[in-house]
Amino acid sequence: MANATLTPDARVSSGEFDLPPSAWVEAYRTMVLARAMDERCLSLQRQGRIGFYVPLEGQEAAQVGCALALDPKDWVFPAYRELGVALVRGVPIQELLDQFIGNSGDRLKGRQMPNHYGYRAQNFVVASSPLGTQIPQAVGAALAARRRGDAVVTVAFFGDGSTSTNDFHAGLNFAGVYRSPTIFFCQNNQWAISMPRSHQTMSATLAEKAEAYGFGGVVVDGTDLGQVYRAVATARARALAGDGPTLIEAQVYRFGPHSTSDDPKRYRSDAEVAEWRRRDPLLRTKEEIMKTPGWTEAQDTALWTEARSRIAEAWKAAEGTPPLPPTSFLDDVFSERTPQLEHQRRELLGLLERKVVHE
Amino acid sequence: MTELTLVQAVNRGLAEAMRQDADVLLLGEDIGTNGGVFRATEGLQKEFGAERVIDTPLSECGIVGTAIGMALYGLKPVAEIQFLDFIYPAFDQIVSELSKFRYRSGGQYPCHVVVRAPYGGGIRGGLYHSQSTEAFFCHTAGLKVVIPSTPADAKGLLLTAIHDEDPVMFLEPKRIYRSVTGEVPDGDYRIPFGKARIAREGTDLTLVAYGAMMVPTLAAAERLAEDGLSAEVIDLRTLVPLDEAALLASVEKTGRLVIVHEAARTAGFGAEIAALVAEKALYSLKAPILRVTGYDTPFPYALEHLYLPSEERILDAARQVGRTG
Ligand SMILES: Cc1ncc(C[n+]2csc(CCOP(=O)(O)OP(=O)(O)O)c2C)c(N)n1
Ligand SMILES: [Mg+2]
Repeated sequence: MANATLTPDARVSSGEFDLPPSAWVEAYRTMVLARAMDERCLSLQRQGRIGFYVPLEGQEAAQVGCALALDPKDWVFPAYRELGVALVRGVPIQELLDQFIGNSGDRLKGRQMPNHYGYRAQNFVVASSPLGTQIPQAVGAALAARRRGDAVVTVAFFGDGSTSTNDFHAGLNFAGVYRSPTIFFCQNNQWAISMPRSHQTMSATLAEKAEAYGFGGVVVDGTDLGQVYRAVATARARALAGDGPTLIEAQVYRFGPHSTSDDPKRYRSDAEVAEWRRRDPLLRTKEEIMKTPGWTEAQDTALWTEARSRIAEAWKAAEGTPPLPPTSFLDDVFSERTPQLEHQRRELLGLLERKVVHE
Repeated sequence: MTELTLVQAVNRGLAEAMRQDADVLLLGEDIGTNGGVFRATEGLQKEFGAERVIDTPLSECGIVGTAIGMALYGLKPVAEIQFLDFIYPAFDQIVSELSKFRYRSGGQYPCHVVVRAPYGGGIRGGLYHSQSTEAFFCHTAGLKVVIPSTPADAKGLLLTAIHDEDPVMFLEPKRIYRSVTGEVPDGDYRIPFGKARIAREGTDLTLVAYGAMMVPTLAAAERLAEDGLSAEVIDLRTLVPLDEAALLASVEKTGRLVIVHEAARTAGFGAEIAALVAEKALYSLKAPILRVTGYDTPFPYALEHLYLPSEERILDAARQVGRTG
């Protein structure tokens, strides 16, 4: 795996931007929670209790490391795989599960598929499915923060495949031109559904694309929590100092299917997956944690038990949450219903009353 | 004849065209090794090679723009957009370029690309895996817009599309990709554009639909028969060109019209049909024209069963119309 720093910067390896030793256990706890969510949600999907799920397995260190290097005021522009980021930002598990069900507890009011969530309180902008769209948006928000004089950076999350979209190129170009305080955090998980990274672009790295737009790109080992944290903390400091944007390519691997609709056996070998699993970010982080004096295997087991029971509890509550009111999908199209929408709402109420349609 | 699902019929149509003509090739995301996320191109890369079944980088703009260049040079590219909802990065290439090459060059540069895209709801796909935005393309002069509803039509219309000389938007009802099966003629089989299918003959009212909405519409017609109402059901098959004659003849016979589509109501294709009938067959009408459509909202996830027209909603509208006049 390439490990080159394309824009050498002395600060990259200084201790100033290291994840403090005291924060490692908490980071690991979040990674375990994220993986346990995957485990549970994949099984819920198989049982038909949620409709769809996008696992993040393999990308926990990249996401948690990145999110920990941010300030709560920073704005996150996620794609659909950023569970680890959402957890670090403090989105409650039950909010996520409510979203997966699309019940009345879902802050998004059942509008979107599972994993396509957003939470204003956590500065976690709502995700969409069309790839790459969040990238120029993150640039705009960063320029707005700068204009307001806020010490805020924005982070756009996206995958290797998304570097081929129009929006990626437009976004990076604007960021370069306006030196926006933006971090482009690309999780190169080696696959865009069935398209391998090697066929997506002939660039040797994704990070080097930043060069063409006039700013720096770095490649990091995304299975290494400390390395990711350092790169993001450095990029953040640079952005706030007025040194402009950074593209970070975190090299990871998607252990699972693209989504529950995907069968990766059709396009990649088990051997490749096994090879990457040896660098499982959870194992690597655990190895570090095991060096903490007094840390035992039993504590590790306890973390897993705690994560699973927190999820079980939240699921129980989510499942018991009532469904959405039936006409709610007609709200939020505009700030107020237009006469046409009001008319359509009445029509729907009539259909419900006459039992033509059912909640 | 072979019994096929709709998505298999698409697959056989593509294979047939590729066997007939070496100029036919396919481009899209995940269409090669993976055989397409809906398996529409399953096995085709194996049979025709990676030069003709091209897995592209993740760029719809790249897919359609490249296809346009190939078409200008004389090939017959068929571009797959993974979901109609993801076509917008290619919108400029389609609306500004593909649809206008012939016209803006005074006929010198015909540009024949087929753009295939699965469309429509009912698969728990939420906002971005459910939309039915055919009206955008109907509103763009220079694009033919085709929506099959049966396996035989999927193959027959697709082969016509690939051998046509104009750009064709070929929208596939993914909700019924596997749930609808039927006998499909083997070999070269073509259905002309601009010829609606009378899916059911009737005398009391006309139901017009296309694509996935044919299923609840036909089911509603069945139920109306139990009520003693004889519904004629028209499957438009191609929205552009539109079979006006079939539509008007039916309305002149029945005097009652219900239009069904899952797209949002405002400026949906139903509005075009209603206007046409009002212009050309108003005096045949015995009741107001009704539309059973999606609502004027983005496509919702959790409540899609309320958003989508259902057999019951179609029945309800048909009964209202049937009682009037
Ligand atoms: C514009 C657009 N085209 C196609 C798709 C369908 N699609 C969803 S995810 C995906 C692959 C994305 O790969 P990558 O950017 O590497 O992210 P990853 O899923 O690997 O995290 C594709 C093709 C989409 N969502 N948006
Ligand atoms: Mg990827």
